[in-house]
Amino acid sequence: MIPLNRRRESPSQTAGPYVHIGCVPNFCGIEGVYPHDLGDTMVNDQTKGERITVTGTTFDGTGTPLKDAMVEIWQADAAGLYNSPSEIRGTADTNFTGWGRKAGDYATGEWNFETVKPGAVPFPDGRMQAPHISFWIVARGINLGLQTRMYFPDEDNSTDPVLTRIEHQNRVPTLVAEQVDASTYRFNIRLQGEGETIFFDF
Amino acid sequence: MSNRKPAGGFFMRDTAWHPPALTPQYKTSVARSPSRALLSMPQTMSEVTGPVFGHNILGDLDNDLILNYSQDGTSAIGPRIIVYGRVVDENGRGVPGALVEVWQANAGGRYRHAKEGYIAPLDPNFGGCGRVITDDDGGYEFRTIQPGPYPWPNRVNDWRPAHIHFSIFGDGFAQRLITQMYFEGDPMIWQCPIVDTVPSREGIETLVATLDMAATLPMDARVYKFDIVLRGRRATIFENRMEGT
Repeated sequence: MIPLNRRRESPSQTAGPYVHIGCVPNFCGIEGVYPHDLGDTMVNDQTKGERITVTGTTFDGTGTPLKDAMVEIWQADAAGLYNSPSEIRGTADTNFTGWGRKAGDYATGEWNFETVKPGAVPFPDGRMQAPHISFWIVARGINLGLQTRMYFPDEDNSTDPVLTRIEHQNRVPTLVAEQVDASTYRFNIRLQGEGETIFFDF
Repeated sequence: MSNRKPAGGFFMRDTAWHPPALTPQYKTSVARSPSRALLSMPQTMSEVTGPVFGHNILGDLDNDLILNYSQDGTSAIGPRIIVYGRVVDENGRGVPGALVEVWQANAGGRYRHAKEGYIAPLDPNFGGCGRVITDDDGGYEFRTIQPGPYPWPNRVNDWRPAHIHFSIFGDGFAQRLITQMYFEGDPMIWQCPIVDTVPSREGIETLVATLDMAATLPMDARVYKFDIVLRGRRATIFENRMEGT
């Protein structure tokens, strides 16, 4: 038989409590090595679309906020296009990175992203997905980065191809942010227990 | 637009090869591990795309931890090493343009971090972070000092083996990975509850860098080789061809 010659993915290891040193050094006081922390700014004054703030806190199974988590988000621009070389449907807004990275506040665990509301992106079969933001969460005690999505409470999520395929529909609200004011959404992530956020494998 | 191509889907992640979420020997995982199964979903554009990090973001010393935090121009203290390798995918293809970020303790096993409590001293000339973007072949290298082992609050006398943390960003958000590199021959690898979260010895061995004496710089720095494997992508042109179109 013809050998496939495949390699196996490097096993994940926890980001640990000091992930800030490597990924957001300025945040943790290591200044002068990099001019700024990657992912700290997603928008500029030319970015198209509706400005929003996405804020949240990550909680463990006891209800305690994680004060050492790091969260990355990836999203489409206001027109639903990704600022990525493999985006072939058009050219995304060059004034929007689509990618953000924030550490939780040392005292409260809260993180904040200044971004724009994403447009809709299609599912592989051509149906449209409701606007959403992809999340990746790492921290001490998390052995493999957790993947989830945030949806918007002021959008029609009723026909979203991902949300509608979830068997336990009573868990869907864990993926929908709470509206704080006209431009601010809160998306709390619960790692375990009551109200446990849905995490995805894809 | 001309050099763009549709992104193929990623191979399924072998979650039995990775550490499970709940690993009681690593106590912090107990309250931070989801109790429900991960929900499987098809990959969409949201998962197969990802940002690009251009080489223009890099400063001259970003890949030189011996000098990039030096306050007075002198080197960080500790055994000088160079770590090199390739970032490849499961097909064995190099991943060019991957962002590799590293962080580590100093030679005494102390991190430069407000929440760090180990009694070993800080080195004023060592920050502990570095980054590099892989070349056209997926290759990378950085220079640093060999980190020390250190005790950590888990069981009453747990110690981490010397290690360097790696964050790797390939070309899709679904490929995102954080892992740790250990050093060949370190007996403490096999006593560490965090290493032990990786289910198989075979898997752990892939995280152990090999001393490459032939590549070592005489009278200067030893060299360790460490390859990283990211999820592979399917490459067939038929994947996104819809029936009836």
